[in-house]
Amino acid sequence: MSDRMSKAKDTLPEQPSDIGKTVGNVRSANPYVVAENVNVYYGDNHAIKNVSLEIGTKEVIALIGPSGCGKSTFLRCLNRMNDSIENARVSGHISLAGTDIYSKDLDPVALRARVGMVFQKPNPFPKSIYDNVAYGPRIHGLAANRAELDNIVHTSLERAGLLKEVIDRLDEPGTGLSGGQQQRLCIARTIAVDPDVILMDEPCSALDPIATARIEDLMYELSEDYAIVIVTHSMQQAARVSQRVAYFHLGSLVEVDETNRIFTNPRHRLTEDYITGRIG
Amino acid sequence: MSEVTRGKVSAGLARRRRKERLFRLCGMLATTVGIVFLVVFFADLIGKGSSAFRQTFLRLEISFDTAVIAPQGSIDLQYADFDLLARNALRDLFPDVSGRNPLRELNRLLSVGAGYQLRDMLQQDPGLLGSVQSVWLPASSSVDMLRKGNIDASIDAALRPISDAQLAWVAALQRDGRLELRWNRAFFSNGDSREPELAGIRGALMGSFYMLLVTLALALPIGVAAAIYLEEFAPRNRWSDLIEVNINNLAAVPSIVFGLLGLAVFINWATLPRSAPLVGGLVLALLTLPVIIIASRAAIKSVPPSIRDAALGLGASRMQVVFHHVMPLSLPGMLTGAIIGMSRALGESAPLLMIGMVAFIVDVPGGFSDPATALPVQIYLWADSPERAFAERTSAAIMVLLGFLMLMNLAAVVLRKRMEQKW
Repeated sequence: MSDRMSKAKDTLPEQPSDIGKTVGNVRSANPYVVAENVNVYYGDNHAIKNVSLEIGTKEVIALIGPSGCGKSTFLRCLNRMNDSIENARVSGHISLAGTDIYSKDLDPVALRARVGMVFQKPNPFPKSIYDNVAYGPRIHGLAANRAELDNIVHTSLERAGLLKEVIDRLDEPGTGLSGGQQQRLCIARTIAVDPDVILMDEPCSALDPIATARIEDLMYELSEDYAIVIVTHSMQQAARVSQRVAYFHLGSLVEVDETNRIFTNPRHRLTEDYITGRIG
Repeated sequence: MSEVTRGKVSAGLARRRRKERLFRLCGMLATTVGIVFLVVFFADLIGKGSSAFRQTFLRLEISFDTAVIAPQGSIDLQYADFDLLARNALRDLFPDVSGRNPLRELNRLLSVGAGYQLRDMLQQDPGLLGSVQSVWLPASSSVDMLRKGNIDASIDAALRPISDAQLAWVAALQRDGRLELRWNRAFFSNGDSREPELAGIRGALMGSFYMLLVTLALALPIGVAAAIYLEEFAPRNRWSDLIEVNINNLAAVPSIVFGLLGLAVFINWATLPRSAPLVGGLVLALLTLPVIIIASRAAIKSVPPSIRDAALGLGASRMQVVFHHVMPLSLPGMLTGAIIGMSRALGESAPLLMIGMVAFIVDVPGGFSDPATALPVQIYLWADSPERAFAERTSAAIMVLLGFLMLMNLAAVVLRKRMEQKW
């Protein structure tokens, strides 16, 4: 451990004041979401400092870092959920498949249909399981008739791995399911709109290990079709599900690299301190 | 845990327990005092008011004499002397009474409403003309008070509203079984009257009903819309803070001030009719609005932000978030607030005094612009009347008002329980 630390010291900045310049590779071979020099302010609080990051098509990227480091804030920039927070200000440039998502012409409603989100705490609507999944397709007018809607609901539940468990109680309230089932229902609800990117904000932090394993399997399957950005506090989870890992510290993106490389050979001292449990 | 620490903890334990016991005792005492006051209030109210629901009636053999009420062959319902029918029947029972003053005293045993009752009977069934019927007619309020034991017959005749001769007649009627306490229908079907035995609560009840209808129709939609706008759409800045402070202040403004406002704006400036439920409802809507806004905002605030996030994250517009998710979840709270506001409006009298709803109005209002009074104002008017018989009517009216308030509060509880979402 100590010799790896000294190696890092030789080549790379070690003072927190030096952070802000990301080490590793922020570029992606096949970028879908491109964030350039993103800054977020909550009033006077500079929450995200000059972050640039590319997220590839059908890539799973994990955002890690200690609490309050800005990873959730960055995540919420990608579907403009920060818009609803009073006095939040975003500068910089984020584009989705070449479209500037902060441009004045872009309706956040249309954006959020393309960038779905799964939240930390399972938050099904206090409606039936069916209506939970059907809500997105209904408001966006994705189904022409009841049969099509039924089809979307069934497919989405199937892909979220929940259909077998709930097939005979689709009109029971979604809030009556267990925590893990609720979270899978939320995932089904998200993919029912058929987005391109799914943002997951610590989706397993409220779940037990078994439910967590199921969600992780699900992420693996979903990554065949969607780009997934997941914020997690569990380094094991990041290692299991992601292809790339981005480490945030005090609002800065410190290091981005292949998952393997981050966990075996981090280049920045802060990254190493975090993954070895010295900060956090 | 060391010996010393454990000692310290157990030393303080007894003191903590004692404090808790004392606090619980205080709480129980406060609750008991509250309940005792409530019981005393209700016992007094029911004790005084329940007798108003029964009224003394006199049984007389009325002969619908054609010579008296239809001298020209047909009845003129407007001018025929129906009172005379009742007076004649009464006089037949006491044939030895003669002279102008004794006869007048005898007639005073009957209510002036007796003639109206006979007229209504004949109007419904013209076939009664020429027949003789046994009819229960309302006795005058002094007979009623005597029968209910509210007049002390042993005191000096000059000090009681009933003479010695009348006492004797009442005793004779009582012996013959012609005097009876019967269900007081007039109390629920009549408007106000100068005669206590004819005074009813229907006018005030209808006035309150029309007024609350106007209040509900205005205050609920405006209040809920304002609450939704302020909570979900309005930017947070100095202006919205100012509005919030003002709404909270409005909720605390003495209600009579709203009455003055109504007088100045609705009656003087907009020249709406005086004493009308329309104006009363407008004033009460202003009074209720801040209550509804505050309750609705609290209900909206209590909807968990995670539900808003979920809907927004799926691409729902803010409007859809509000109407698909926030509204259904906060509706029970909003309705509870509305009903609490409405029950406050129902019990309000001060602003109504300002806009002329304190007038003495006999007719039962049939619409929003008819002159009317309201339940609490009727209570005030009756409490102010000198006749002994109005005292029990005051209490009875309070019972009716409280009954409606309880019904409304019950409705609020039931609605909330029914519509509450399980999480």
